[in-house]
Amino acid sequence: MISKSREEYLKAIYALNEEGEQAETMKIASRLGVKPASVTGMLKKLSDEGYVKYESYRGAELTDKGDKAASKIVRKHRLLERFLTDMLRLGKNNVHEQAGEMEHTLSDEAEEALCRVLQHPDLCPDDKKLIPPCNKDIPDCTACDGASPTSERDAEITPLSELKQGEEGWITFIRGGRSACQRLMDLGLTRDTPIRLVDSAPFHGPVEISVRGTKIAIGRGLASKIFVRVR
Amino acid sequence: MIFNQLTGLHQHIGNWPGKTVERAEGTLSFGNYTIDIIDLPGIYSLSTYSQEEQVSRQYIAIEKPDVVVNVIDACALERNLFFTLQLLELRTPLVIALNQVDSAENKGLMINLHKLEELLGVPVVPMVAPRGIGFSELLSKIIEVYESGDEGIPSPQEFGREIEQAVVRLQTEMQNAESKYPPRWLAIKLLEQDEEAKKIALDLNPNIGGVLEELTGEIEKLHGESSNMILSSERYTIASRIANQSMTIVSPPTAGFADRLDQVLTDRILGYPIMAIVILTIFYGVFTFGGLVSDAFIRISSELGLALLGLIGPGILFELLWGGLAEGVIAGITIALPYIAPFYIVMAVLEDSGYLARMAFLADVAMHKIGLHGKAFIPMILCYGCNVPGCIGCRILETDRDRILAVFVATFIPCAATTVVIMGLVGTYVGIEWALGLYVLDLLIILILGRAAFKALPGEPVGLIMEMPNLRAPVLEAAAKKTWFRLQDFIYSAFPLIIVGNFVIKLLIMSSLLQPIQQVMSPITVGWLRLPSAVGITLIFGILRKELILLLLSSVLGTNNLASVLTKAQMIVYATVAMLYIPCIATIAVLVRDFGYKRALAITLFKILFALLVGGLLARILVFF
Repeated sequence: MISKSREEYLKAIYALNEEGEQAETMKIASRLGVKPASVTGMLKKLSDEGYVKYESYRGAELTDKGDKAASKIVRKHRLLERFLTDMLRLGKNNVHEQAGEMEHTLSDEAEEALCRVLQHPDLCPDDKKLIPPCNKDIPDCTACDGASPTSERDAEITPLSELKQGEEGWITFIRGGRSACQRLMDLGLTRDTPIRLVDSAPFHGPVEISVRGTKIAIGRGLASKIFVRVR
Repeated sequence: MIFNQLTGLHQHIGNWPGKTVERAEGTLSFGNYTIDIIDLPGIYSLSTYSQEEQVSRQYIAIEKPDVVVNVIDACALERNLFFTLQLLELRTPLVIALNQVDSAENKGLMINLHKLEELLGVPVVPMVAPRGIGFSELLSKIIEVYESGDEGIPSPQEFGREIEQAVVRLQTEMQNAESKYPPRWLAIKLLEQDEEAKKIALDLNPNIGGVLEELTGEIEKLHGESSNMILSSERYTIASRIANQSMTIVSPPTAGFADRLDQVLTDRILGYPIMAIVILTIFYGVFTFGGLVSDAFIRISSELGLALLGLIGPGILFELLWGGLAEGVIAGITIALPYIAPFYIVMAVLEDSGYLARMAFLADVAMHKIGLHGKAFIPMILCYGCNVPGCIGCRILETDRDRILAVFVATFIPCAATTVVIMGLVGTYVGIEWALGLYVLDLLIILILGRAAFKALPGEPVGLIMEMPNLRAPVLEAAAKKTWFRLQDFIYSAFPLIIVGNFVIKLLIMSSLLQPIQQVMSPITVGWLRLPSAVGITLIFGILRKELILLLLSSVLGTNNLASVLTKAQMIVYATVAMLYIPCIATIAVLVRDFGYKRALAITLFKILFALLVGGLLARILVFF
């Protein structure tokens, strides 16, 4: 079990990276409201424990282990935000802080159940950021029923909407229910299918991918539900 | 396109009964045979999600055509074979038309036809449809298959072992009952958790439910996925294997001209300006051409009118014959066709060239603002020409919810006739900025109403999934043929209404019911909209043909100098109401046909009330300008 404060740091680094910024000491300090000296101290601990790679001029970078842990806590946070907003109907203003408190005590089992009852949402309610997918080794959400035990997925996956032009990969996970999977399936987007990102329209428009010898345009919303492991 | 080339002019386009799916039928003679052809909708799969799939699947399984032709794009062999395999499961006599072999060759893909025939177990005919290559071979093969009396042989391809075992087991459960559907197909569809197949199977054997659950449970435990995903995956595996075995890549695909053009067209910076230029050019071209042709027709028709007058003299007969019937026909010809025909041609060219898909790609983001996706852009653009093909065009959207939302929004788009009113009245007398302002207001209204309707309609929005066809140089002949048949459909549905409506109005005029009607409407026209009471009539006429809203204004107000009888504010109010209120009668006909009476009525009533509301508000606000 990672301590609450470590989780906060991992979350901050993850969020900064998501916004395209380097996790420099000063930025982490201002985000968490702590002194830069504390940040340096914690980063060193995280580095020793294998969660980050820390270089004083470049800021912190998450290792694989760190990324997994960070994804997990961010996922819990955003799932909770969705829960508080959608099911408990709390106003958006209170939700972020409340989720920030609850995320550290939410068990993995509860997280899984939460995702199921919310019907595998993919964006958090306030700033529409992607909810990181779970790490179960399943091809899509229909296979998640809480009863059968599943192993952990070991490949790192990226949503289709975040691939860069020309990047190739294999479809590993589709977040969605039956009808979404069915539609994608009919056009050839099944597990382990190799795909290549041809183009993406500006202003968060659709992406164009090459799959099975043809080109298909997929809306941005749908594309963020298709996760690939990049070559 | 292959359908068009085969049937030439012997074609008829309508609807599948009870569905909003286009149905094209035609005939041709070949050898000693007369062949009836039905063009089934272009689909990717035989599931039951969309009306297109349902229609096709029922037709093949129940009506049992003599031969089915599966048109495959040689550049997308693997994906197309997924569908071919489903057709083979339906055990129908099949011929494969391998189309666009020239494009495939240009990409370095060489397909071994014999191998493909061997692996699939059905004949394969190579074709280049746009250039008319391969048609006689196709027809010969069709005849061959028909004459051989094959009942549809099973494909030599099989699924993985546990799937095949499950299939056989399900087949035995159903073997004691007769069904129109091939048992193997039913069994496979059951494993895919297809709802309709389940109903059919339970009829045949009520106990099959338990067996099915057992089998799917086993499969799911083994593979860790739901059984329908597994079957799709397996089918793709087979398709992939067949594709790899029958195709060789001679030269690695390099970015040809088409690919580079594609990149430019969807480029972040250039894509949108290019699309804007294309759209503006189309509009300018169509409206100019339409205007010229329309004027020419109008002149011809007035000559004819005079001639008829000279022949039978003035009087009731002339009024009825000319004013009632002939003018209706003329209206259709002079107003509708000169604009719609070029629009249809342009759309056909855009479609065939593949640029239409790129437009949907770029417009997707904007369409999301009103709760739709990129494909809805196309009917919207069409509506600026004429609402009739625009509303018909909403069929390309996949779900019922999207279709009704799109058509609702589409009816607010000013068509060419409405543009005549806006430009002719506001543009001429008040100022071009005001006229353009009305268009902007229209877009705002569409945005607001679209979002409101989006929230009000039950159901989930679906994201864009669309194949991007290869860019091809469009062949004008094929585009022209397509246009011709769509025009026919429009003429058959819209013309009768225009003519009848015109006739009715003529009768109204002759029976001098106009004055009382104006009186009845004056609380609305004068009281609320603050317009002269005479416009009550023109607004009613506008139901027939929108341009009458302007054209008749001079006659009912008694002068050509409209500025002397209407204030600028009144003109703006009038044009706004014209833009937003009831759809023209031809559009209403399409709404009724495609969506049913209730929804057509709901949309119509809403638009009338909404237009009146906005008009009245404007009348009061504009006083301050």
